[in-house]
Amino acid sequence: MMDSEDQGVEEAHLYASKEEMENLVLDDPLSSKSYSNYRSAVSTLSDNQHPLSPSIAVTPADSDPLLAPPHYGEFGNPSAPDNSYIDPPSYGDAIFSPFNENNGNDVNVVDSPSQSSGSSPSFSRSSSGSEYLKITVSNPVKEQETSNSFVPGSNTYVTYLITTRTNIPDFGASEFSVRRRFRDIVTLSDRLAESYRGFFIPPRPDKSIVESQVMQKQEFVEQRRVALEKYLRRLAAHPVIMKSDEFKAFLQVQGKLPLPTTTDVTSRVLDGAAKLPKQLLGDSVIAPNEVVQPAKGGRDFMRLLKEFKQSMVNDWGSSKPPVAEEDKEFLEKKEKLQELELQIANASRQAESLVKSQQDMGETMGELGLAFIKLTKFENEEAVLNSQRVRATDMKSLATGAVKASRFHRELNAQTVKHLDTLHEYLGLMLAVHGAFSDRSSALLTVQTLISELSSLQSRAEKLEAASSKIFGGDKSRISKLEELKETIRITEDAQHVATREYERIKENNRTELERLDRERQADFLNMLKGFVVNQVGYAEKIADVWTKVAEDTSRYVNDDST
Amino acid sequence: MTMNPTNASLSGSMQSPRSQSSQPFLSVSVTDPVKLGNGVQAYISYRVITQTNFPDYQGPEKIVIRRYSDFVWLHDRLFEKYKGIFIPPLPEKSAVEKFRFSAEFIEMRRQALDIFINRIASHHELQQSEDLRTFLQADEEAMERFRAQESGIFKKKPSDLMQIFKDVQSKVSDVVLGKEKPVEESTPEYEKMKHYIFELENHLAEAQKHAYRLVKRHRELGQSLSDFGKAVKLLGDCEGNALGKAFSELGAKSETLSIKLQKEAYQILMNFEEPLKDYVRAVQSIKATIAERANAFRRQCELAETMKLKEINLDKLTLTRSDKVAEAQHEYNELKVESEQAAQTFETIVRLMNEEMVRFQEQKTKDMGIAFHEFAKGQARLANGIADAWRSLIPKLESCSSS
Repeated sequence: MMDSEDQGVEEAHLYASKEEMENLVLDDPLSSKSYSNYRSAVSTLSDNQHPLSPSIAVTPADSDPLLAPPHYGEFGNPSAPDNSYIDPPSYGDAIFSPFNENNGNDVNVVDSPSQSSGSSPSFSRSSSGSEYLKITVSNPVKEQETSNSFVPGSNTYVTYLITTRTNIPDFGASEFSVRRRFRDIVTLSDRLAESYRGFFIPPRPDKSIVESQVMQKQEFVEQRRVALEKYLRRLAAHPVIMKSDEFKAFLQVQGKLPLPTTTDVTSRVLDGAAKLPKQLLGDSVIAPNEVVQPAKGGRDFMRLLKEFKQSMVNDWGSSKPPVAEEDKEFLEKKEKLQELELQIANASRQAESLVKSQQDMGETMGELGLAFIKLTKFENEEAVLNSQRVRATDMKSLATGAVKASRFHRELNAQTVKHLDTLHEYLGLMLAVHGAFSDRSSALLTVQTLISELSSLQSRAEKLEAASSKIFGGDKSRISKLEELKETIRITEDAQHVATREYERIKENNRTELERLDRERQADFLNMLKGFVVNQVGYAEKIADVWTKVAEDTSRYVNDDST
Repeated sequence: MTMNPTNASLSGSMQSPRSQSSQPFLSVSVTDPVKLGNGVQAYISYRVITQTNFPDYQGPEKIVIRRYSDFVWLHDRLFEKYKGIFIPPLPEKSAVEKFRFSAEFIEMRRQALDIFINRIASHHELQQSEDLRTFLQADEEAMERFRAQESGIFKKKPSDLMQIFKDVQSKVSDVVLGKEKPVEESTPEYEKMKHYIFELENHLAEAQKHAYRLVKRHRELGQSLSDFGKAVKLLGDCEGNALGKAFSELGAKSETLSIKLQKEAYQILMNFEEPLKDYVRAVQSIKATIAERANAFRRQCELAETMKLKEINLDKLTLTRSDKVAEAQHEYNELKVESEQAAQTFETIVRLMNEEMVRFQEQKTKDMGIAFHEFAKGQARLANGIADAWRSLIPKLESCSSS
């Protein structure tokens, strides 16, 4: 499909006269992009579509010709003779010009929710005036691992330039850059997951080990660059995370990413391993704040084992768990969200297939136009009779119409992709929601484990006490054991308090995030619908105009009925 | 009876069958397809209604029942008798069993047969044909007899025609390459015309292919819109409140547009793609005439050659006072008559073809003009419908965000 069109474009260049070429050349970058994977289409669009700002995610407000007529001339086909590009504003323009007041090239320009440029990852809606945080990922460079290695050139990796522009005072500067490698993103993501349990943290790009082997290096690096940019922009759009220390450090701190010991997973694991024997013996050197981290993350085997036992009890035991998930409202919400996720996934799939159909329509229309251009040329060259020349003129009218309509269909589609991409974005966000909910359940599990641990410790203590009180004068060994046990109990109680506080904290985070999700989702989806609809209207009007003209050109065949 | 614009321009010499004017008219329509017979033997029959004041024809109106093979019979008879005239093409015999009785196929074929018969009826020479009269007037049994009689004798097998085409094509290229092939007509004008026809078929076939694909695209887009609409409605149910309603309405509009697209697909198929296919068939019919012309030319040359030889022989015999002279003279005279006939046939074909080319080009310009017009109108109507449907949602969406 693509090939024949490219070939057709070539032939059009060869055969068409200069005038025809000016009118009919199909050299916009869209013509050679396949939309079979519309995910990649969005990323390619953000690169190729907008000549002004190649690495900014183009929002519908930017390049939708209806909402930003001044930009229109730059995007798509530069050949100006086609006057349809400078048409008077359509209905869409008239209704929506106030809508795009804050149209600029800035992602994350924040005003009231309804005015945000919705579709691409710019969900920032912080209420503090017009803050912005614009991140760009660019300039991938291959670098060498500096460690001693016997095989030179073996440990290479790619770094990306991360440029930030912001007016937020916390950052202390308005523009800065760092170089980061993918591993650093993984670290950032892990740390955010530790520090912001209960929050809807956007999921980071995949490690894509298979793809990195299979794909062409350049293609893979580009794909990754795009994914990184999207990820960082999503983080920047989160009102809490955008101001987090981790994020700020990631964006600003020069040189290799620092690994402070307090949050370093590795050293915690090592510490944990060292403490393991003491834990096994019931010794109390567990720092309560360690309880704050989920067991699964580290290698605290004992804890893992205990919590696993507890979860078994929860699932199979007849006794009710000590702290049940009682928040009915939460459970209802969770169910609703699951249903919502299903429907979003379904809608996203259908959106992809719609986009493909629109794309195919545009392409076939273009091919039809080219076939008629060839016919026109042929008839003109071979004409012996006047009826042939007349027909050639009619064919040219049709061909021109078809080519123009084809272009509009494909532009329409490019915009549709961007609008409907919101659906896909929210699917990604659902992953983050799952993460936050699982933070909650694992925190709850920790609490439950500690509570039952506590109760078993306490019953042991009671037994010991009862046993030793029977012996007159006391049992020295039992008494010392009792003392130790009581110490363990105290520590475990502390740990349980910390764990409970953590659990409550996560619950609260869940709640505020859910509110935020609802609010933002309403706004984003509404924007998506508006954008989609306005886009359709605008292009349909343009396409109607094209064909109305062709109908006028050929109207004499129907009015004049005499044989 | 569907009076589509293509039909209207071609039906008969006059429009009104009830006019009392003394102008001769012949107006035919092919209607009411009905499936008859069972199983493998099943076929479609059509009602053929003739309204005319031609002298040899019955009454102001006559209705007969005909099937596709009757039309084929008529076509082949005309092809045999009217060499040099571009016989209007027939729609193809469909090979695919499943498709043969689909409503779409039946309607397409009916439309094509209607156009076919009307083109014959409006051709100043063909309309005089006795075979046409038979076709339009004879009762069904008689028709069946005629049909059975003629098969095998005059009917050229498709493979024969293919061979002729190939010969003609190769001879065209031979002449271009400068090879000597004496038994072939090669005036520059004629070469140009042949080249034109062969190239034209290629271009048209490509255009028709894309037109057909465009029909498919409309159907596919219609389907996608329908699926998308359903999915969006379900999503709306999840959301509830104003947003949910917005989704629902969007979904409903999407489904409405899906229907419009299916309708437009059908229109494009009938009024744009079919005329293009018809154009291709017409060009193929011209190719068949070109083959006939080549045959006639060859025959003429062969006879001329044979005559020369016979003349030489005759002179020889005359000189030697052989007793075979009389016989030879007789043969020679017969041959002369044949040769003159062959020359006459050939010249008639040449003359007719020139006239036919003019008629053909004019007719095609008109046919295409109408087809383009209908197509453009349809596309404009569709686009406007789409714009209107989506536009109606805008105020509702606006009120959603302000609430």
